[in-house]
Amino acid sequence: MTVYYTREHEWLRVEGDVAVVGITAHAANELGELVFAEARDPGTTVEQGDSVAVVESVKAASDIYAPVTGDVLAFNDALTDDAALVNRDPEGEGWIVRMTIADASQLEGLMDRATYTALVG
Amino acid sequence: MNQPLLRTPLYDLHLELGARMVPFAGYDMPVQYPAGVMAEHLHTRTKAGLFDVSHMGQVRIRPKSGKIVDAAHALEALVPADIVSLKPGRQRYAVFTTADGGISDDLMVTNMGDWLLLVVNAACKDADFAHVHDALHATCDVDMLADRALIAVQGPAAEAALAALNPAATGMRFMDVAQMVLAGVPCIVSRSGYTGEDGFEIGMAHDGALAVARALLAQPDVAPVGLGARDSLRLEAGLCLYGSDIDLTTTPVEAALEWSIQKSRRPGGARAGGYPGAQVVADQLADGTTRRRVGLRAQGRAPVRGGAELFADEAGTQPAGRVTSGAFGPSVGGPVAMGYVAADHAGIGTPLFASVRGRLLPVAVTALPFVAATFKR
Repeated sequence: MTVYYTREHEWLRVEGDVAVVGITAHAANELGELVFAEARDPGTTVEQGDSVAVVESVKAASDIYAPVTGDVLAFNDALTDDAALVNRDPEGEGWIVRMTIADASQLEGLMDRATYTALVG
Repeated sequence: MNQPLLRTPLYDLHLELGARMVPFAGYDMPVQYPAGVMAEHLHTRTKAGLFDVSHMGQVRIRPKSGKIVDAAHALEALVPADIVSLKPGRQRYAVFTTADGGISDDLMVTNMGDWLLLVVNAACKDADFAHVHDALHATCDVDMLADRALIAVQGPAAEAALAALNPAATGMRFMDVAQMVLAGVPCIVSRSGYTGEDGFEIGMAHDGALAVARALLAQPDVAPVGLGARDSLRLEAGLCLYGSDIDLTTTPVEAALEWSIQKSRRPGGARAGGYPGAQVVADQLADGTTRRRVGLRAQGRAPVRGGAELFADEAGTQPAGRVTSGAFGPSVGGPVAMGYVAADHAGIGTPLFASVRGRLLPVAVTALPFVAATFKR
């Protein structure tokens, strides 16, 4: 199971031919307690770098950018009533969307954990 | 834009407390501490929050005649509030109006006995000072009190926290102002604030601010609170943020601030009019306005933010107004917003639709405040 990271503080976990996407613990901590999250509708095709979801704190809304091009498969419904699950378990139960991976070569442009960890200090 | 950010006397304390600092009105200010906006907001509503508001402007008006009534009369030429009957040791909310009835800032005015103290918004303070100085310098000495800090303590535990430093705080009522020594520092204390909670604002010389802040933070229920929670607290309390909810294009009547225009300054009153835009305001008081500031509650959990367009219909074909500030209200447990809507959509309960990321979300016009005030009247 391989996990990739982006400069925008998303993580992407490859499960077969599907990507599970969320935000990193660093990002969740920076945003503060989340009060709302929503994703683009299932079936929507998003290009790498497009907004695929939005998370909101008391203060502000923040876009979650698609780490790769693909189709949205599902939003994590557990976040509908409990967006703060992202804060409690950002890289586990607090995942945000599942999506297809249209072009696996895009993964090569993402960071591994060590590189990301070095980036955020 | 490249000017270095100013620092309040509590800057080092904010860093010591782990604050995340952001630029605000030219100052490097704490937007939140490690507890976070949500926890800081709720702490203020259940215990007490300490806020550094030293960036705000403080202006002293001293009548050259030595008679406070002369300063009060002079200031009434700039604001629609009744200043002449403001008693010594009392504070009142006011707005500076413009010739066309707009608002150039909102402020608190205190009768200090032989002078008036104004507390104005940080972003407006230089313009406000120039405005007051220009209008009043013939009869009054007008000074910017640039060496004064301001600390707010807000919440149900604020009284006990302050009383532990000086029992005189307990006897004060909402909008009372008193001079007292706290932690060895002479302070001007008002029982007021901008959160909807009972609480105090405490002014002192810069060099005394740290001692007072530390003494208050040493009280069991007091925690530091940043600008993030200050914004959600004032929004739940239905209070306007200058530059968002009120500005040069909004009149006091459109902004639902008629309560800040006392009877004596309205048509037929003892000192009716006499402030910039008085005719516009008088006409609007008589005839109403085409739009009005209202509270808005979203039905879902998605926050509706400032700038969102409002429509009367779900298809989004009939514009009804615009949101001026919005957030998730931690105490309400859902999204809260305020904005301006056309008068025929301003009735409490009117269903409207807010455009959020291309979708139209149902909202309802709601009475303000969202959270009942707990002032000690």
